[in-house]
Amino acid sequence: MISVQNVHKSFGDLEVLKGVSLDVKKGEVVSVIGGSGSGKSTLLYCINAIEPINKGKILVDDVDVHAKETNKDKLRQKLGMVFQQWNSFPHMTVLENAALAPRIVKKMSKEEAIEIAKKELEHVGLGDKFDVYPTKMSGGQQQRLAIARALAMKPDYMLLDEVTSALDPELVGEVLDTLRLLAEEGMTMICVTHEMGFARDVSDRVAYFHEGVIAEIGEARQVITDPQNPLTQKFLSKVR
Amino acid sequence: MDYEFHWNVVFQNMPQLLNGAFVTLHVSVLAMLLGVVIAILLAIAKMNNTKFFSQVATVWVEIARNTPALFQIYMAYFGLGAFGIHLSPYVAVLSALVFINAGYLTETFRGGFQSIPSTQYSASKSLGMTSIQTYRYIILPQMLRRIYHPMTNQFVWSILMSSLGILVGMSELSGTTQRLQSLSFRTLEFFIVAAVMYFVITKLVLFGSSLLARRLFKGEI
Repeated sequence: MISVQNVHKSFGDLEVLKGVSLDVKKGEVVSVIGGSGSGKSTLLYCINAIEPINKGKILVDDVDVHAKETNKDKLRQKLGMVFQQWNSFPHMTVLENAALAPRIVKKMSKEEAIEIAKKELEHVGLGDKFDVYPTKMSGGQQQRLAIARALAMKPDYMLLDEVTSALDPELVGEVLDTLRLLAEEGMTMICVTHEMGFARDVSDRVAYFHEGVIAEIGEARQVITDPQNPLTQKFLSKVR
Repeated sequence: MDYEFHWNVVFQNMPQLLNGAFVTLHVSVLAMLLGVVIAILLAIAKMNNTKFFSQVATVWVEIARNTPALFQIYMAYFGLGAFGIHLSPYVAVLSALVFINAGYLTETFRGGFQSIPSTQYSASKSLGMTSIQTYRYIILPQMLRRIYHPMTNQFVWSILMSSLGILVGMSELSGTTQRLQSLSFRTLEFFIVAAVMYFVITKLVLFGSSLLARRLFKGEI
């Protein structure tokens, strides 16, 4: 379980998270929606300790993420992350991209790492791209590579930071289909997203972020189709 | 044109010219190796938050890049000589070339380092890589691709600039050519052959470098 407890986070004088609490259970899919600058992405960066927090606590399987004695490199192996800009490693083939971390971080043998990487790449529909360099692929394919690369570490959780926002519209579908597949397989996910249809259909719960706090959280269909908070209503009427 | 070419004397002295060419390569390779090591240190110093280190690096880079190579060599040979430090022609030219290489390469390295987007670090971190692994597998390999060709150019530049050794009596290719032509008065022949030798050396270096690049860098960029 991921447990975010009253987290505050500032960049200089700018307070981005102003007391956020959120529990995500194993097997649950939670979508986080909200305007830009509302702190949605920052929350993900804090959950896997890429960004430090100023106040509060984040527990992943009862381990305090930001405690000094926590081995953050080890902890991140549990938390797969996919970014808005897919961040593939341009100097490596697709297969090398996916096999690197299992080999050097999990210390698997080369054969084992390659086997897992191939399996995950086939999983996201890149079975015919093993020896291609990522820069030769479309944004949608690179984003699916990023998903496979994270999955190859066998994470318990996936953190998805606006994974379709930088894609051409016709490429969004293939990436969302991949995420849908993961959700069906029972992967625990926190998705920061602007895709309201995806949030409604795939997630169990939706959280609406407004100016650094969760203004509304509830069952996915209810929050998207029948929001209770006037702020959520206003936001949804604008994005539709 | 009345000039009559006499090539025989040049070919008789070929062993000496080849020896000079060897010294040219020798000094340039050494100047490159030492220059790279110092440039790495200077680049780190320049990006360091400690003002003293970054200022030392900045002064070095500015002098190296904005004064003629000829002055550097004179400074090393005659300038230090005035203070009782007598360098051999070889060491004087080597120090000047190292000084300049380090100055130029510092900026090359710094630029290469800063051209790697910060998102590559976050991506590596998110996969559980340690900082050392991130540099070893992700940052440095990409950086090397970006600085490889500027480094090759700098090496070619060193080879050509080492010809200034002629001014302090160094026996590299130009110095040797100068000495041989003054003994035989076949100025044009000797300098034509020397120029061809420089051309061949630099072309071979560029060719070798692109072969190596093809082996090292299989991917894009």
